[in-house]
Amino acid sequence: MEALVASAVGVLTAAGIYLLLRGRTFPVVLGLALLSYATNIFLFAIGRLKINQAPILSDTALGYTDPLPQALVLTAIVISFAMTAVIVVMSLRSYLESGSDHVDGAQQNKEEA
Amino acid sequence: MNHWLIMPIVLPAVLGPLLIMLGCIDHVLARILSLAGCVALIAISVGLLQQADSGPQTYALSAWVAPFGILLVLDRLSAVMLVLTAVLATVVLLYAMAGWDRRGRHFHALYQFQLMGINGAFLTGDFFNLFVFFEILLIASYGLMVHGGGADRLRAGVQYVIVNLVGSTLFLIAVGLIYSVTGTLNMADLALKVPQVSSDDLALLQVGALLLLLVFGVKAALVPVHFWLPDTYAQAPAPTAALFAILTKVGAYCILRLYVLAFGAQAGASAWLAQEWLLPAAMVSLTLGLVGVLAAKRLGQLASFSVIGSMGTVLTAIALFTPTATAAALYYMLHSTLAAAALFLLTDLVRERRGHHSDALTVAPVFAHRSLLAAAFFVAAIAMAGLPPLSGFLGKLLILQSAWPTPYAFDVYLAVLATALLGIIGFVRAGSTLFWKSTAQQGRIEAEGVSHSVLPWVAVGLLLSGIVALTVGAGGVHDYLSQTAQQLYQPQLYINAVLFPQGGQ
Repeated sequence: MEALVASAVGVLTAAGIYLLLRGRTFPVVLGLALLSYATNIFLFAIGRLKINQAPILSDTALGYTDPLPQALVLTAIVISFAMTAVIVVMSLRSYLESGSDHVDGAQQNKEEA
Repeated sequence: MNHWLIMPIVLPAVLGPLLIMLGCIDHVLARILSLAGCVALIAISVGLLQQADSGPQTYALSAWVAPFGILLVLDRLSAVMLVLTAVLATVVLLYAMAGWDRRGRHFHALYQFQLMGINGAFLTGDFFNLFVFFEILLIASYGLMVHGGGADRLRAGVQYVIVNLVGSTLFLIAVGLIYSVTGTLNMADLALKVPQVSSDDLALLQVGALLLLLVFGVKAALVPVHFWLPDTYAQAPAPTAALFAILTKVGAYCILRLYVLAFGAQAGASAWLAQEWLLPAAMVSLTLGLVGVLAAKRLGQLASFSVIGSMGTVLTAIALFTPTATAAALYYMLHSTLAAAALFLLTDLVRERRGHHSDALTVAPVFAHRSLLAAAFFVAAIAMAGLPPLSGFLGKLLILQSAWPTPYAFDVYLAVLATALLGIIGFVRAGSTLFWKSTAQQGRIEAEGVSHSVLPWVAVGLLLSGIVALTVGAGGVHDYLSQTAQQLYQPQLYINAVLFPQGGQ
């Protein structure tokens, strides 16, 4: 399971960084989303990977898993979700105002020249 | 428990939503309420400054005990930063009330949320909580950054958001790495755990800690992650750019807090972890910032690059990691925040009056209020370039003095003195092109829509008199900041206040 989780984080991060380096806003937004997924899985794994363990004290539990990373991931998911919404809205506004969906406005400058 | 500690966060958090509703109904009332909030923040933070004299104080949210609960910690350093934030926010708000706040919606609400995030970042004693407050201040800053709209501003805004989202991702990864090794998110608890980390896990811990340095470096505009700043600050609305002068200081504050408390003298194998990375990066920032000042084509760019340069100066002094150098860095930080804010506001006043010439550093005919603006620019430029008699000179002198006994004396002297010359030439060139040479031109620019309000002049005047006050009262301020640095370099005080409030250890 360790190999699976680790490679999932690796692949997501690699794909995220590739998309982040693209010129247009749409792939960049997708890249940011993939990066935040990778981070969420990574955060989940920092409390060590355990299966079928209770996160909260109980009399019948045989062992425990760390509940804190799970709480952190929840916070991170909420924040990254809101941030994705913000960046989508801002990219759309930027596209509508300037007529270019390039992150650095390169295409627009070419047309002017 | 002292409930005043949480007021700098609660007050803007309550005012923000109120202002969203009020802003739609009565904008005059919204302005008054927003200003009253900022003035109250000054009063509260000055009160906290006095309380901080008796040592670090804590506020346990929901009365959960550290390290399990989230704590707010007030020491002299956080109190100084709170006062600086409140003063800057009030003055900049005066400027914004002359008209900028009506060029888009919800300026005042975003402004209050921004203050909530900044104050929270200065007060929190917990990493994950720091991440949350970073997000609050960032979300508000995205809104303030694109306030008023326009294609160029939105393009710069999108870039700003993307850079900071990547920064937030790195922040989470760094916090995760540190937690996975030490099992704590509390800064004081981390300081106790770091020396005990086994040599197998040391690499993970240090990678996490240095990733955090990168994240704080993004905030503090440290080379090589400074590239977002010039475009963002130059395109942002003037009051936003002036308020953002404190945002870079949040990064510097976090670097100072973390790498003295948890990775300082007592950290064993990780002692002074940040120094060998921070010092060269800070000196390159200093150089690059002032080369940028020399090369700038617009006044807004010039002001932005001078922010990078001044952050380089502050971080160079911080990277020496001695109490005297830190006191000098804090003095320069107070000064450069006020000077940068004044420059951004002056840029806007010039831009408004020069019509289609805007703030470009080209020769154009005489414009309205030229002499008054020239005089104000002269004072701000002297302060920013670090010429006597103003506080910029004193700050640089203190930094040079504190660097003398360290092994890095030669490098620091070379970087600070050589770049000072670049800065002076850059500012002289800008000032003479904008103000002096305009008299030789025919005609006069009659720009439309110049605000007749007196508030912008009051705001600029207050910032400049703040710089003068910092110069005149330099002795007292520096004494206080030396005590602040002394307190900072005794991490045991902080750790005891957080983890052993009943005494012990």
